[in-house]
Amino acid sequence: MTATVPLNAYLILSAALFVIGVAGVLIRRNVLVIFMAIELMLNAVNLTFVAFARFLHSMDGQIIVLFVMAVAAAEVAIGLAIIIALHRNKESMNVDEINLLKG
Amino acid sequence: MELILPQIDWAPFVPLAPVAIGGLTTLTAELFLPPGRKHLVAILSLIALAAAILLSINSWGPVLDPDRRMVRYGIHDSVVLDRFSLFFYLVLGLIGVLTILLSMGYLHNAAPDQGEYYSLVLFSVLGMMLMAAGGDLIVIFLGLETFSLALYTLAGFRKTELRSNESALKYLLLGAFASGFFLYGIALIYGATGTTILRQITAFLADGHPPEPLFLIGGGLLLVGFGFKIASVPFHMWAPDVYEGAPTSVTAFMIAGTKAAAFAAFLRVFLLALPALHMRWSAAIWVLAVLTMTVGNLVALVQSNIKRMFAYSSIAHAGYLLVALVAGGSSGIASILFYLVAYALMNLGAFAVIIAVQDGERERLLLTDYAGLGWQRPVLAACMAVFMFSLSGIPPTAGFMGKLYIFSAALAGDYPGLAVIGVLNSVISVYFYLRVIVIMYMSEAASPLPDRSRGQAPAVPASAAAVLAVLVSVLGTLHLGLFPARLLDLARQSVSVIAG
Repeated sequence: MTATVPLNAYLILSAALFVIGVAGVLIRRNVLVIFMAIELMLNAVNLTFVAFARFLHSMDGQIIVLFVMAVAAAEVAIGLAIIIALHRNKESMNVDEINLLKG
Repeated sequence: MELILPQIDWAPFVPLAPVAIGGLTTLTAELFLPPGRKHLVAILSLIALAAAILLSINSWGPVLDPDRRMVRYGIHDSVVLDRFSLFFYLVLGLIGVLTILLSMGYLHNAAPDQGEYYSLVLFSVLGMMLMAAGGDLIVIFLGLETFSLALYTLAGFRKTELRSNESALKYLLLGAFASGFFLYGIALIYGATGTTILRQITAFLADGHPPEPLFLIGGGLLLVGFGFKIASVPFHMWAPDVYEGAPTSVTAFMIAGTKAAAFAAFLRVFLLALPALHMRWSAAIWVLAVLTMTVGNLVALVQSNIKRMFAYSSIAHAGYLLVALVAGGSSGIASILFYLVAYALMNLGAFAVIIAVQDGERERLLLTDYAGLGWQRPVLAACMAVFMFSLSGIPPTAGFMGKLYIFSAALAGDYPGLAVIGVLNSVISVYFYLRVIVIMYMSEAASPLPDRSRGQAPAVPASAAAVLAVLVSVLGTLHLGLFPARLLDLARQSVSVIAG
């Protein structure tokens, strides 16, 4: 039996990852990087689910992660399609230059 | 080893089935239809939605016989069939039907021969219905994502138009960002209670477990997620940009549909699963309600683009709905249900007018484009006037009765301050709604649009469907304004299952 990592360590790690993701969305200006930061947020949540599932001895959390991964994959597919459509009309990846709509 | 098959009650899925099947069928049928006949896809989707509506009406009586069970649960408590779900199935079905009607004319000009539009509308209605009926936080999340993913695509449907691209991108980035918070909230609640099923969370809290910090933070994150989806201040920044850039028919659908679905889940989660926390949350929601109403109405005052004005108006209306949520109680929640119906009718109606009066390719999106409309298209302008009266809450319209119920619920719930702020906000909103009427009737058309009375063929024959949507909405708006009792009674029956 190996020594187990305490639940709190997982929770702190996933909270840190989540905060890094949020900061990335708020600070970075490149659309693709913002997109990756959002994925980081979702994966931080996945880590939380798996950690809780392990410590609560329930399978629910593990199954939820599969759902979340499917949703994230669909989101990436649609997101990249939208970014390509945008790139065809405007040669920019910077959100500050995507500013037709405001007021 | 014996394989244990779960007992599945399929009844909760029956009203959803035609929408799901319809979405797949239209997607397939679209492939085989020759260009120019794609409107058949629209008719197919109307049939699917009509079937969903009929099945929901059918379930209302016999399945939920009041003497027997009021509630039925699908797969492992994850989907709930009660009158609350059925009410939202009906509302969302109606929103779907009106959206398809008003899209037919619009799409004819904007993106002809793209029948997949209607499948996306059906999938997103399906997601909204699933969200409204979700008895498990994960099902609510999946419903939310199903309709959001379809809506991201719909917002960017005019592929060659930069505004539409930008709207889709902003919606996607902020929507996914909000989903992250929502999901983190679910994870923390799962950690604190060991389950994501609403019924078990309620039982866990009722069991004498005090809500621990983990649980409270989770609830707060859920609140942020819902705040984004209903576009309440301070989580509203995406709404005006997205609503302005998206194709007009999609804007109408988003304004009416997402709000109904998000409020359905909001009510179910915060009143069914977390009633013990109502006192804690109501202070936070009080602040959100006041901010949302005030910011929405004040910023709407200075808008010159009509879609943007409607975006801020929809933010303000989310504020009125939050007032009723704070007030709580069965009359408060029934007033939310009533108001959501009124809100859907008047917004979809107004957008159907915007689509019906467009000139071929050219849309009338600026307020000044409406100058002189009262004399060019008298019937449509009169309908627009009815919707504007309704939105600002002037009798005898649905909007007036809705606001009356909401503010009286706030008074009954002992929140006189909120009721006063709400009424003051309604007064502010009268200015920008009535301005549309003033422009339509009292100013001359600056650049005369091609005049139809001089024997030119009408530019958009397909807008007949949009006119039909206008007529349905205007009749509904006036009917609810004059005879609100029937719908209010249905709303009360629907909430009796969640609010005692």
